[in-house]
Amino acid sequence: MIIKEGIIASPGIAVAKAIVYEKIIVDIRKGHAPDAQLEIEKLQSALKASAIQLMSIKDKAVAELGQEEGAIFEAHAMVLEDPEFTEGIETEITENGYFAEYATELITNRFYDIFDAMDDPYFRARAADIKDVGTRVINNILGVSQADLSKLKDDAIIIADDLTPSDTAQMDKDKVAGFATNIGSRTSHTAIMARSLEIPAVLGLCDITKTVKNGDLVVVDGIDGSVAINPDEKELKSYLEKQQKYNDYLEELSALKDQEAVTLDGHKVELVGNIGEPGDVTGVIKNGGQGVGLYRTEFLYMNSETMPGEEKQFAAYRSVLEAFPNGPVIIRTLDIGGDKKLPYLPLEEELNPFLGLRAVRLCFREVEMFKVQLRAILRASVYGNAHIMFPMISSVTEVRQAKNILKECMDELSQANIAYDKDVKVGVMIEIPSAAMTADIIAKEVDFFSIGTNDLCQYTLAVDRMNQDVSYLYDPFNPAILRLIKQVTAATNGQPQFFAGMCGEMAGDPLAAMLLLGLGLYEFSMSALSIPRIKKLIRSIRFEDAKKMADTALNLESGEAVQEYIKDTLEKLKITI
Amino acid sequence: MVKQEVTVLNATGLHARPASMFVQTAGKFKSKIHVIKDGSSINAKSIMGIMAGGIAQGTTIEISAEGPDEQEAVDALVQLINDKFGE
Repeated sequence: MIIKEGIIASPGIAVAKAIVYEKIIVDIRKGHAPDAQLEIEKLQSALKASAIQLMSIKDKAVAELGQEEGAIFEAHAMVLEDPEFTEGIETEITENGYFAEYATELITNRFYDIFDAMDDPYFRARAADIKDVGTRVINNILGVSQADLSKLKDDAIIIADDLTPSDTAQMDKDKVAGFATNIGSRTSHTAIMARSLEIPAVLGLCDITKTVKNGDLVVVDGIDGSVAINPDEKELKSYLEKQQKYNDYLEELSALKDQEAVTLDGHKVELVGNIGEPGDVTGVIKNGGQGVGLYRTEFLYMNSETMPGEEKQFAAYRSVLEAFPNGPVIIRTLDIGGDKKLPYLPLEEELNPFLGLRAVRLCFREVEMFKVQLRAILRASVYGNAHIMFPMISSVTEVRQAKNILKECMDELSQANIAYDKDVKVGVMIEIPSAAMTADIIAKEVDFFSIGTNDLCQYTLAVDRMNQDVSYLYDPFNPAILRLIKQVTAATNGQPQFFAGMCGEMAGDPLAAMLLLGLGLYEFSMSALSIPRIKKLIRSIRFEDAKKMADTALNLESGEAVQEYIKDTLEKLKITI
Repeated sequence: MVKQEVTVLNATGLHARPASMFVQTAGKFKSKIHVIKDGSSINAKSIMGIMAGGIAQGTTIEISAEGPDEQEAVDALVQLINDKFGE
């Protein structure tokens, strides 16, 4: 048995025969073609064939994976129809006398390089689309077809260098058991696809395509991040046991889906999901989330080429609210600036963007833009349990300012006889230390708090966690952070209907969640996949014990000491993380 | 054939949203339309070409059109640029 270590992109264990999906290295003739007219004809028919293929892949992708995935192939079709792309290839053939495949490669690389060098990540990502289309056209010119993964006889593990949207879209999803690739990371297309198909994937294996041969028995171990090739009987048995154990664990979690998030001694909390777009609600519901604790509306803006209008926003908010007839949906107003920019809203370069014009600060300057969003949320509020949350609040003054603008929008809607929920809940994100320290004052103006740990840590500890030289200082367990959280939860005490939640990554961390429970947090918002695990933990502890644990942790001297202490305490309580 | 020189004034230049507005507008006309920048010619109906053209704020380009609606096409595109794409 050979074992290769890689990056876990999707959890689980898969055992199946390997299919090595290698890109055919095509022979691109670089010299001069004898007959330019013939090359033009080859190009034309390849373009036609490519268009037909893209159309059918798009239909398959929409049907199996949804509109979002289908949109990738619409982008591909646009490249294929682009006059600079097609005419550019034709010019290389007619003027320089190149073979059609070489002309296509030249033009593809030219555009690829330009887009790949762009600052904007959206346009940089288009470079991959261009490459994918160029490869398709070249294959069609040369009449080669890639290994067909659309009709697999048996379950298979796909071994590849990397997988593109074109590759994954045409796959027979019922038979694909796992992925193992040479390159890729947790955020690459292969990883995202594996997670959405819920199959194990280990990526970044460097040379797995060279190590594995077609038909080898392969284990993709998405728990320890390795791939085992041709295990013997004994080794295979231990993998199958591990697989069984993992499946049992998943089953145990899914049995909890409709159970409440309640401690052994009857203290109830709320587990909700973070979402970026309406389609994400499926995952939240599937994992037993009771609502949405953070709807990041900036994606609505970032995925659009122009400012999204009131109707478009209204439709998005309404669909999320309708997905949760009872549970809360916390819609965060536009959080842009800092590291997030909009192509159609030019902003000055800033020396300290994270301390600059971002989130509500920007919305106060662009009041009209802000009001479009608030009106859309208000109009949608009659379709569910809407909560409006303002980000980057540093003092009560800003809360009042935001509420005044909200009030204006409400008055406008009333005058126009448009319905909205007059009691819509209004809250703020607590991510600036000054807001945490004055939570008792801000509490008088709002219905809820939601703590954003990522920024709260960054601002409190003065550490840029993207900077590798100082990121070790970034520690949500630092007692300073815990004390700020305690101040926020304390400010909600004794007020019925008022709650403190958290929508940072910390809420989905098992150790931290136990601590937060003890600190008095009521609402835990996290990525959908973390919900079952956190629910299981909450159901395994007594609230009284969690409170005692939190009280002690507040007085420890460092983040490491806090983590050690929680681990020890949970062990004593016989709670396994 | 109708030609006109124009200087791009909006902050982002012919990029992102302005680029797509420009290409969409060009697409409404039957004429062949080109943008000439530093002697090289770009098809005005190609989003990839326009995006890749690197036409930044302050760049002077020539818009040329040939066809049944050449005058209208040039006028519309020049106006779009002079209006800074509504920024």
